[in-house]
Amino acid sequence: MDYKTVLTTCAYCGCGCGLYLEVLDGRLIGTLPSKTNPINEGKLCVKGWNIHEFVQHPERITKPLIRKNGTLTEASWDEALDYTASKLKEIKEAHGSDSIGFLASAKVTNEENYLIMKFARAAVGTNNVDHCARL
Amino acid sequence: MVGLAAAFGSGAMTNSIAEIEDADCIFVTGSNTTSSHPLVATRIFRAMAKGAKVIVADPRKIQLALKADIYVRQRLGTDVALLNGIMHAIIKNNWHDKAFVEERCEGFEEFSKVIDNYPPEKVSEITGVAADDIVKIAEYYAKAKAASIVYCMGITQHTTGVDNVKSLANLAMLTGNMGKESTGVNPLRGQNNVQGACDMGGLPNVYSGYQAVNVIDNQTKFEKAWGAKLSDQIGLTIPFMLSGLSEGKVKALYAVGENPMVSDPDVGHVEKALKKAELLVVQDIFLTPTAELAHVVLPGTSFAEKDGTFTNTERRVQLLRKAIEPVGEAKADWEIIQELSNRFGYEMNYESAEDIMKEISTLTPSYGGITYERLDGDGLAWPCPDKDHPGTKFLHKDKFARGLGLFHAIEYQPPAEVVDDEYPFWLSTGRVHVHYHTGTMSRVSPSLHAEMPEGSLEMHPEDGSRLGVRQGEKVKVASRRGEIVAKVTLTDRVDPGVVFMPFHFAETCANVLTNPAHDPTAKIPEYKVCAVKVEKAA
Repeated sequence: MDYKTVLTTCAYCGCGCGLYLEVLDGRLIGTLPSKTNPINEGKLCVKGWNIHEFVQHPERITKPLIRKNGTLTEASWDEALDYTASKLKEIKEAHGSDSIGFLASAKVTNEENYLIMKFARAAVGTNNVDHCARL
Repeated sequence: MVGLAAAFGSGAMTNSIAEIEDADCIFVTGSNTTSSHPLVATRIFRAMAKGAKVIVADPRKIQLALKADIYVRQRLGTDVALLNGIMHAIIKNNWHDKAFVEERCEGFEEFSKVIDNYPPEKVSEITGVAADDIVKIAEYYAKAKAASIVYCMGITQHTTGVDNVKSLANLAMLTGNMGKESTGVNPLRGQNNVQGACDMGGLPNVYSGYQAVNVIDNQTKFEKAWGAKLSDQIGLTIPFMLSGLSEGKVKALYAVGENPMVSDPDVGHVEKALKKAELLVVQDIFLTPTAELAHVVLPGTSFAEKDGTFTNTERRVQLLRKAIEPVGEAKADWEIIQELSNRFGYEMNYESAEDIMKEISTLTPSYGGITYERLDGDGLAWPCPDKDHPGTKFLHKDKFARGLGLFHAIEYQPPAEVVDDEYPFWLSTGRVHVHYHTGTMSRVSPSLHAEMPEGSLEMHPEDGSRLGVRQGEKVKVASRRGEIVAKVTLTDRVDPGVVFMPFHFAETCANVLTNPAHDPTAKIPEYKVCAVKVEKAA
């Protein structure tokens, strides 16, 4: 049995409470609040206490999907990424950079948001980048 | 955020969460804090225990309203009038901080001329709040040693959202409740990394750190760092990307962790727009209603499967540590973007999330001193310009980010859609305590699902008996945009004539009904007010 706790940051709201994820043999089995985190000081809300539950849910998408004959069909990463890259290039060439839009995300990390906007701006060449800050 | 940036020069929570508990007056408006930000509510309760006065102004009698020293229930969309009325009472009674206004602010004269037109009696007619209560709020707030304002989407999701925020900024400046401990204007950000997504330039007009794309020095700096030619044209916001898709000007949309099919107003219109896309790519962890429409779906990872950082509502950057391997073949979202970029022909070679942060800190002044090593522990609140800087607990200490704080003269304007004979009910939307945003991350959790498996419409018991609807029965709710069927919860949390619906539930999707009319500056839709009709479902 391999048990460990990993200190991380809650993802359920903008408070950013500190918590430990309990991991047993590679599966999340529980959540514990961090006592020293300056925001939550050992507390969590009902969502925080249960945050491990959604992560390994059977409905997670586990493989890339491409629409073939109207249906989303499992594909390899190579196929999905090559298709996306070539389609984006084709649209950029035919209709210009500003015919492509990007939605960054309030749910992914800073590093990922930075990379999305860098890809949009430096690679594709558009400032059409937004996310649901307003929603 | 636009409103605060205009008034102060920086659009973020001015003070930290912990400071709230030492305020001696807390004004909560448009934030159902105990539901949406429970750990902020804890600080409000601690402040109460230390003797702080708590004022709640909210069209819904939220839990905090039951504990407040003063609770007022303004009519939907009348926030500017209410705040102007409060400021009228403050100025008339000479409770304002004249030294602060004179030394640290500008625009007071024009502002006070507008305020003259909002005596509490007149405001009472617009808002439905008693004139005496308006004066009492003014007195509690203005006479406090340290008064803190806490607000959320109930203030911003209006066609007058920016006006509402600027009015709160006016109130704080008028009484000198800025730039010191336990004061300030504090927007609670709803989604966990919405602050970070803004900070990182996930916006059409700025690079990371709010560096405008149409300022030549910024453009040159990023062109040099990224080795690419960049556009100086401000890009499209979400509503304009969607209308661009409808009109055929936008051909492709790449969405990471976003679910506009549940989150955006007038979902019927969103669906039509997305279906017109030549290419819709969705990178997410669940097959959301938006992903179901996609041409390509790329499996990203949750917070537990990767390293990185989030920036919370008080500007604190904190570490995320990988606890488990990605499920199935899922990949960290930054790795997906990197691999896509390399295939697209723009090279990226990051070894880790930390590698990306090193680049962010060199290009983003407010993150200049942030390194993973320093984040270990309590994290760091920006601005943190260099490696020796301890981070910033509260903003605008000796002067505002823009120099002088700017008063805005703001007149009250009614919401875009008002009730009439055909659509006689006011509808407002919001969150519940056990669910998160479009529900994709919370409804799959057995414990959270058990607490609230479905959405319902809150309605006052008087309206219920008038319509012949009993607790738990189904009603049809229709607006000019669409209709849904939902169960009814009869409660006096809402006024007669007002109904409320949470927005987490795709099958009773409140955003089928909501009005996409948006604030002219911030482009934020008016989720909090629209007109509907309600009848018993057959």
